[in-house]
Amino acid sequence: MLAVSDLKIHYRTLAGSVKALDGVSFAVGDGEIMGLAGESGCGKSTLGKALIRLEERMMFVGGQVALDGERLPIADDRAMNPYRFRKVSIVPQYAMSALNPTRRIGRMIDELLAARGLKGSTLRPELERRLAILGLTPDVLGMYPIELSGGMKQRVVMVLSTLLDPSLLIADEVTSALDVASQKKVAGALVEFRDRGYVKSMIVVTHDLAILAQIADSILIMYAGKLAEKAPTRTIVEAPAHPYTRLLLGSLPEVGIRFEEKRLPGIKGRPPSLLSPPVGCRFRDRCPLAFGKCVEEPPFIEIAAGHQVACWKADAHAQG
Amino acid sequence: MTSTTGSAPASPATKTGRNEILYFALRNTKLLIGAFVFMVFLLGAIFGPMLATHEPLTFDAPPGLPPSAGYWFGTTLFGQDVFSQFVHGLRSSFIVGALGGITAAVIGMFVGFFAGYRGGIVDEVLNMLTNVVLVIPTFAVLLVVAAYLSVRGLGTEAMFIGLTSWPWAARAIRAQTFSLTSRDFVGMARLNGESTLRIIFGEIAPNMSSYLVMTFILLFGGAILTAATLDFIGLGPTDSISLGLMMNYSVMNAALQLGMWWWFVPPGLAITAIVGSLYVMNVGLDEVFNPKLRAL
Amino acid sequence: MLRYLARKLIIYLLTFIVAVTIDWAIPRFMPGNPIDALVSRIALMPDANAALTSYFMAAFNLDQPLWRQYLNFWSALFHGDLGRSIMLFPTPVTTLIGRALPYTLGLLLPSILLSWYVGNMVGALAARRKLLDNSVLPLGYLLTATPYMWLGILLAWVLGSTLGWFPLAFGYDQSLKAEWSWRFIGSLLYHWVLPFASLFMVALGGWAIGMRNMIIYELESDYANYLMALGAPQRLVRKYAFRNAMLPQITGLALQLGAVVGGALVTEIVFSYPGLGWLVLSGIQNQDYFVIQGVFLFIIVGVLLANLIVDIVYVVVDPRTRVGLQGDAA
Repeated sequence: MLAVSDLKIHYRTLAGSVKALDGVSFAVGDGEIMGLAGESGCGKSTLGKALIRLEERMMFVGGQVALDGERLPIADDRAMNPYRFRKVSIVPQYAMSALNPTRRIGRMIDELLAARGLKGSTLRPELERRLAILGLTPDVLGMYPIELSGGMKQRVVMVLSTLLDPSLLIADEVTSALDVASQKKVAGALVEFRDRGYVKSMIVVTHDLAILAQIADSILIMYAGKLAEKAPTRTIVEAPAHPYTRLLLGSLPEVGIRFEEKRLPGIKGRPPSLLSPPVGCRFRDRCPLAFGKCVEEPPFIEIAAGHQVACWKADAHAQG
Repeated sequence: MTSTTGSAPASPATKTGRNEILYFALRNTKLLIGAFVFMVFLLGAIFGPMLATHEPLTFDAPPGLPPSAGYWFGTTLFGQDVFSQFVHGLRSSFIVGALGGITAAVIGMFVGFFAGYRGGIVDEVLNMLTNVVLVIPTFAVLLVVAAYLSVRGLGTEAMFIGLTSWPWAARAIRAQTFSLTSRDFVGMARLNGESTLRIIFGEIAPNMSSYLVMTFILLFGGAILTAATLDFIGLGPTDSISLGLMMNYSVMNAALQLGMWWWFVPPGLAITAIVGSLYVMNVGLDEVFNPKLRAL
Repeated sequence: MLRYLARKLIIYLLTFIVAVTIDWAIPRFMPGNPIDALVSRIALMPDANAALTSYFMAAFNLDQPLWRQYLNFWSALFHGDLGRSIMLFPTPVTTLIGRALPYTLGLLLPSILLSWYVGNMVGALAARRKLLDNSVLPLGYLLTATPYMWLGILLAWVLGSTLGWFPLAFGYDQSLKAEWSWRFIGSLLYHWVLPFASLFMVALGGWAIGMRNMIIYELESDYANYLMALGAPQRLVRKYAFRNAMLPQITGLALQLGAVVGGALVTEIVFSYPGLGWLVLSGIQNQDYFVIQGVFLFIIVGVLLANLIVDIVYVVVDPRTRVGLQGDAA
């Protein structure tokens, strides 16, 4: 069980602080796979990274993160270390290049485990079993990363990241570099790992709503550093309440098409600068439903069981 | 040894981009310090010879004088004015650096652009050529060439230095071109049926201009160092003075034993300062052009 | 792996052929016809004997067609014949080179290897400590920008001439006989210190900067980020970064060889050290072209051999060249 409350993370730049995460609160239950989606720069990647390791330029401003009732010291790199890998783990966006190119994979894993006070040899059988689940033979442990295909490397990373049965796994854009067939495999593997209990809860950060529709239990939509809407996957797909979510879904011509770096064709304008974000609802300049009240910031409130929205018109528009 | 620069090719140049670069450039201490030192010596090279009251190579002063009001940098063992040798030598160094740097940059760009853009057999052949020139100890080649030239001028020296120092630049430019060639805007130009030359100089070169500037700076500094070394070994210009020749004369004529520091300290110091300022400027420019290094 | 080495070998072979051709062509095709000038100059020298003049005519084979001259050149080369010295006629150039070589190698090998090793260590430390970095970086750039001979001159002036701690010139005390005695060896070492130190220091700066930049680059790489996200201690991440940063430094070693050899030549000149540099200088001063050309070929062969050794070492330490999926990793 992950509980995040009022988390604020800024990026330091010469031009000032970019408020990439501006007070977000949500929870992910045990056994839940939560999808995290939004346009580029909405803060979803920042959120994913902040839960495990702040990058050099990321600055913790405020808020709390609790995992299984225990507070995570995410602002303190050193204090956070014992939790990483054992409690919180990540399959990074760059999984294809996440392995040291000059070490045999098995040796690298052993060295990492040893550095965390674990014995590689005792975990080896489990490691091999899990590789087999994803269709990899134990041979890969004797190989260098360059000898593996991109998809294979990614699967190795998935197994390694979840080897210690973390409570929370962050999967950061794990499907974006893959072809459709591999995407399906990876998505299936994520569900499988959750079902087998290797991972308790999961946050899947992605551009790809279609993938989320297949594997996520719930979806959290972010916009400009704030939460827009969180609901069970079915609700998000069939009865979204936030105008942004609807436009996001509507702007996808077909399922499977991703809204990557390009601006969304269906939504006019672009997200506001997070250097000095506007007051009130941040979507109001692009919102077809905007009205006078939108100059005040809408609260992120529950409009139905498990369905939270930050929009003044959410009630009126929630269908069902 | 040249510093490795890891900057990515810049995104298509825009007006705001230029203002932004100027903004960061004016706030980069490395760039400012490097540029300042470089300008001081450049001005010395341009205006120094006008200030010099003596001819650099005539023997019209009392020999072996330490620096004084009459002879700012003292005189040589044979009664030449060191200051006037120094400023004329500075001029030579800048000329060789510029000509040698330009020659090497032109060849490096030509080879790098075509190898990177054309690929295939053109790339294979040019790559082989680059590798051969890269492993040849260029200094040894310069040695033999210069030894057989009975009359040597600054121009020939610079040209030969340029002809031998381009390979690393060609390699770097090839890699950059390679990555740019796969970008959309180059593909568009290709589809539009534009000629290779137009694409290279109209689309590719402008988009790696920052990289080209930095490459030229390093080639410039390298040419100055190589020229000084050649001159010191006695293969410098036969018709003029240079900083390397000053060091050669001083060592050959026992300035060390006689403690005539004013004869050999200024030329070496100037070369170190000029080349050092170029290297530091290069690091500064890398930070300015490369947003990844700049932010914080 | 074999493909990688074979590719390199082809390049070296080609380089060697190009270098020999340059060596052959330059005296023949240089403007001003240097050979004619040389032969006529020798013939006019009062002390020139007939043997010298006729040797010259024969050595250049000027009466034969060009292709024949070229083939003869190669054939002489394979017989180890680099011609005879003019200034010390009729001493073969190979003898002179053989005499000078130990001094040059004695300077070059320790200074290259030590500066590489120490530079890498200093650079790795600098990448870790901000305070050290702030002094290593400027000092490193200053050292790489310093002409080899100037640092030699400064050391000779301060430590040799002014303080009198070290000798200013020569490979050993000229009053001693060259023999294997402790006194002679001591004198050799004593004379070796300053030229070694100046070569070492100039080369050091470049390696330190290179290593520092490479490590910082490696620490920002994906595998480092992943390890840190999995809570790996700094120790492990740095170990990997250091090891991976070493690889380009090994390639760099090969690329820098030519420059360091040039540096050794001028350093020897500063200290009148009896190595190849000093030999070249006398060759230039006496217009002894065979000596210059011989040293040239010798340096080429030496650098190519060293490159080959570096390549083999590289294959041993970088697995990527061994699995053969990547051709040119340099």
